[in-house]
Amino acid sequence: MDYDFNFAAVWRDFDLLLSGLGLGILLALISIAIGCLIGLLAAFGMLSKRRAIRWISLSYVSAIRNTPILILILFTFFALPQLGIRLGKIESFIVTLSVYAGAYLTEVFRAGLVALPKGLREAGLTIGLTEFRTKLLITIPVMLRNVLPSLSNNFISLFKDTSLAAAIAVPELTFYARKINVETFRVIETWLVASLMYVVTCYVIAAVLRQVETRLAIPR
Amino acid sequence: MEILQTLEAIWLARTAILDGLWNTIQISFLSILLGTILGIIVGLILTYGNRAARFAIRIYSDFLRGTPVFVLILACFYILSVVGLDLTAFQAGVFALTLFCSSHVGEIVRGALQAIPKGQTEAAKSIGLTFSKTFFSVLLPQALRQILPTWVNTATEIVKASTLLSIIGVVELLLAVQQIISRTYLSLELYFFAGFVFFIINFAIEKAGRYVERKVAIPT
Amino acid sequence: MSQNLLEIQNLHKRFGQLEVLKGIDLTMRQGDVVSLIGSSGSGKTTLLRCVNLLEEYEEGVVAVEGEQIGYKQKGGKRVRLSEKEIARQRAMTGMAFQHFNLFPHMTAVRNVMLGLIKTRGMDKDEAHSIAEKWLERVGMLQRKDHFPGQLSGGQQQRVAIARAIAMNPKLMLFDEVTSALDPELVNEVLAVVLDLAKDGMTMLLVTHEMQFAHDVSNRVIFMQDGRIGEEGPPKELFKKPKSERLAAFLKSSKF
Repeated sequence: MDYDFNFAAVWRDFDLLLSGLGLGILLALISIAIGCLIGLLAAFGMLSKRRAIRWISLSYVSAIRNTPILILILFTFFALPQLGIRLGKIESFIVTLSVYAGAYLTEVFRAGLVALPKGLREAGLTIGLTEFRTKLLITIPVMLRNVLPSLSNNFISLFKDTSLAAAIAVPELTFYARKINVETFRVIETWLVASLMYVVTCYVIAAVLRQVETRLAIPR
Repeated sequence: MEILQTLEAIWLARTAILDGLWNTIQISFLSILLGTILGIIVGLILTYGNRAARFAIRIYSDFLRGTPVFVLILACFYILSVVGLDLTAFQAGVFALTLFCSSHVGEIVRGALQAIPKGQTEAAKSIGLTFSKTFFSVLLPQALRQILPTWVNTATEIVKASTLLSIIGVVELLLAVQQIISRTYLSLELYFFAGFVFFIINFAIEKAGRYVERKVAIPT
Repeated sequence: MSQNLLEIQNLHKRFGQLEVLKGIDLTMRQGDVVSLIGSSGSGKTTLLRCVNLLEEYEEGVVAVEGEQIGYKQKGGKRVRLSEKEIARQRAMTGMAFQHFNLFPHMTAVRNVMLGLIKTRGMDKDEAHSIAEKWLERVGMLQRKDHFPGQLSGGQQQRVAIARAIAMNPKLMLFDEVTSALDPELVNEVLAVVLDLAKDGMTMLLVTHEMQFAHDVSNRVIFMQDGRIGEEGPPKELFKKPKSERLAAFLKSSKF
């Protein structure tokens, strides 16, 4: 293999890669926030007394989890306009990733809610809180802290999934890496740097989230 | 939705769709098979290897798990041709998915082996079993049962990730469908159709996995 | 007006096919301390939980200070009250649970303050000083900034009792508050309950501690197959049980 390494071309465009990385993190943050709301709703839906609501929640989760995310991305961006729903690239991707995250978080939250001791809710009710306030002040906060580690893992996967935004030309890290690859032909350097950026970011996110986990953990 | 028109378009393009489906199945099957074999080796080294080997494989595994699978596919596709390995897009894609699968299977195997209580090895030693006998008749049968559910999950992840090969030009199911969309403009209907087919495949894999799980479960 | 504080008439409760309460009548006046005893499955905990509607009941009336709990009569039909009304009614009674059920993500003092702020509408300072007063009363003031996970079972139960009593309930419900405790921690909790009884608190207790029921109550009710088997002042009931069943039960409870 005779390949002369030359990182100069990649360094020249490094700020592009960095801006792409920043956009990716931002997309993941927004999506996990919206995804948490969807996931909470659907998790309570899964535990609802009404069969129809349980069925809707379950269908949502299994449909999304069993469909490739690339198809979801393309569907939202290219197919929904046929129904008059026209979104920009970034908005469209955020919608997809949020709905996608929501399906995975539904499972996380459902398991977290089921694992809570039954008496927690009852204790809230006995001090005169309504069902809604009991959820808001007690069950949801306790459950969220218990599932924090899976929440972190989900966030890291979501961050990696932002690479797929390149498929609809959202200018994130993978998009710029492809661009630099095509323009400079510094193939190995480009992909080595791009994947290292992902790997290092994942490590950093994991380390930060572990700190957050210990800080938010319920003392015992 | 133009249901009749859609069904007609699908019927007319049935050979193309079936060819795409066949490619999807081949990609998934090969990647899961090769990735699992490689992954078992990775897992064994992570568990039983000496320090240097463990360190090297830890980097291999963390690097692959920290890189988005899409980046992995693009990197393999572009880099392998530059370093003189003349692989088709299909082969490069399978190579990338195999690496991806191996890192995940490796972690699953390591986790399962480490979760087996130490007493099992000690009990096996005390009745005079060698390490290899201990491994094959005591540890492996227990580990495999623990691995099964997560491994099935990884398999469905690979099936979903196989759609990413469409972006490097492998005519698997998604690209086959996209080609019909470019002729018929039935994007809503046909993306839905593609998603549905993947849903069926993954649903079937999950059900099969559950069935095997029940069959091999240790009675308690 | 010498109204009964708690009035239960012809209470029926079913879990599916199984009828666990088969027509209970029970009245309590201000300052009464009533213990419910009986073997497991006799319906005593279910009866207690109907008083604050943790269990819905199918038939009969549960009324606190003359106000029916959970339902109203409308055009001859029984209608469930709104979520808000039920929450208000639940705050009329306080409850201590077998498994304490403290909120694990809040310190002891925050546990006590939550209801005061959210239900009673107090500001933080007022709630804090009331919470401290009650934590001191149960001997937990020094541990007020500990989280439940950092406290022993007995300590958690004392905080849980403070949480309930700080709401100034008309009636306290105690559901086997010592059953989940290690034997050496039982007495510290019973001492707190006894102390509250001396203070004139109206209390309805489910308990397995016969000696304690004997000491604390002015009336004891023996539950048997979803009905009231026997009731009376503790001295009579424990010394001279009328029925075979009660005698056998007391014997097996090593009283």
